[in-house]
Amino acid sequence: MIDIKKLAELSRQTDTELKIGRQITLPWGNAFKISMRNVTLRLGRAAITASGVVLGIAFLMSVWTSRVAIEGIERFEQQSARAVSAMDEEGNLIGPGAEEALAEKNRRNARQNWLVVMSLLVCTVGITNSMLMSVTERFREIGTMKCLGALDVFIVRLFLIETAFLGFLGSVVGVIIGHVIMLITYTIKDHSVAAKMDWGEMLMYVLIALAIGTFLSFIAAIPPAVRAARMPPAAALQTEI
Amino acid sequence: MALIKCPKCGYQEDTTGLLTVCPKCRADLTQVMHEVGKTGKKGRGGLVRDDSVTTHEFIVRTKGLTKEYTMGDQTVRALRGVNLDIRRGEYLSIMGPSGSGKSTLFNMVGGLDKPTSGTCFIEEVDMAQLDAFELAWLRCRKIGYIFQSFNLIPVMTALENVTLPMIFAGMSTDEMMERGRTLLDLVGLGERIHHKPFELSGGQQQRVAVARSLANSPAIILADEPTGNLDLQTGKEIIDLLKELNEESGVTIISATHDLKMIDVSDRIVHIRDGDVERIERREDIELEVGTLGGE
Repeated sequence: MIDIKKLAELSRQTDTELKIGRQITLPWGNAFKISMRNVTLRLGRAAITASGVVLGIAFLMSVWTSRVAIEGIERFEQQSARAVSAMDEEGNLIGPGAEEALAEKNRRNARQNWLVVMSLLVCTVGITNSMLMSVTERFREIGTMKCLGALDVFIVRLFLIETAFLGFLGSVVGVIIGHVIMLITYTIKDHSVAAKMDWGEMLMYVLIALAIGTFLSFIAAIPPAVRAARMPPAAALQTEI
Repeated sequence: MALIKCPKCGYQEDTTGLLTVCPKCRADLTQVMHEVGKTGKKGRGGLVRDDSVTTHEFIVRTKGLTKEYTMGDQTVRALRGVNLDIRRGEYLSIMGPSGSGKSTLFNMVGGLDKPTSGTCFIEEVDMAQLDAFELAWLRCRKIGYIFQSFNLIPVMTALENVTLPMIFAGMSTDEMMERGRTLLDLVGLGERIHHKPFELSGGQQQRVAVARSLANSPAIILADEPTGNLDLQTGKEIIDLLKELNEESGVTIISATHDLKMIDVSDRIVHIRDGDVERIERREDIELEVGTLGGE
């Protein structure tokens, strides 16, 4: 049975007895725990949010992998061609067909840059969209947290930790997918492509892709998170989904 | 802590409380306190509280509270100048048909929404004067909320739901766990502290919500239709729990409801109609036959 006397006594405790001051806080440790809980318990939603990043980054990575692979193959061909034809100091072929080869290389790079931009755009739109969704379906929860004393910044913090984590995880998966698929494709064309590639350059591209994925998720999550945090609790609580 | 000095008699006190009236000469200290709050770090000291000093008769007062919503090109007046004084330790029910404005009034009193005009005082502090931090502090420490749809955080266990307001209040983890466990134990959920809300029945969820509302020892518990989603028997249990709390600890309970079972336990019933107070009844004045439930 409910011991109402004890309950009443507990509910009458003063600040000193509760050992609390006048602060309102959300320690980072707790914030991390809550965010991770949101990720692990809403796995479906988290997967959708992350899939935007995965797709974008996989696209980006496939472009970069193919660039490194093609350059590797070309370098190898040039080295074997060095014996028969002359070259300038930059290593470009001189002689018959050299100009076409150079022009072709420039065209290819321009096309690839265009693809990179496109993939980043896809990435950002995907994340913003899924973040908007996941914030909207949590309006009620946000309202409740604000009723319990959460400051706007706590709400933003929780969402940003969550997306930064999802963004990083999605980028890792995207990098692996994009890289592996392209590597397989080129290995089918040329079995020794892995030996011809510049792996230092590849690693740099991997790190850049990870950074871009995480950063874009972070940026894309800010507007919906701030919007949700600024809502008056009454309005947030009334939303029905 | 903040040093408050009475402008009239020079009385000084280093206080942590909502000190709005000088304990010596009864002068109004609201203005002084507000200035102290402004000069404090980031204006975070406006609410200064000391339980021994705050003895205002009215814990909540509203003056000419109006709220207008714009819907398309129409303006809907949800509240039309509500004047209401709520005494400390009172069990007050706000009754009225749906759309009468009782939820709007509830939101204003709880600091969940801002009025279009008029003022709402909590412990004689004008809520419109509070900045975001002070308002959050008020919600965290002074007011406990209970909702019709429970509003527990679905991804958290019962214990985590109860301890969330304590995290915000800055309690240490050990203290918090201990207190959360005790609170849940006392509302009869000692066995279910690690259950998620969807693993609990409606009545159990509402009891978690009651435990959560008590987390930081609030002065006021605001309950918006606390029995609206519960069956008769469970609803009655929640009402009894609230009533007993009110009697034992003296916490003020303000409940928006149209549950007639509430009338039986309320000290006063405020009837709201078309956004204004229609009449206020005292329990002593009404003779009401409330049917008892089977098995009692």
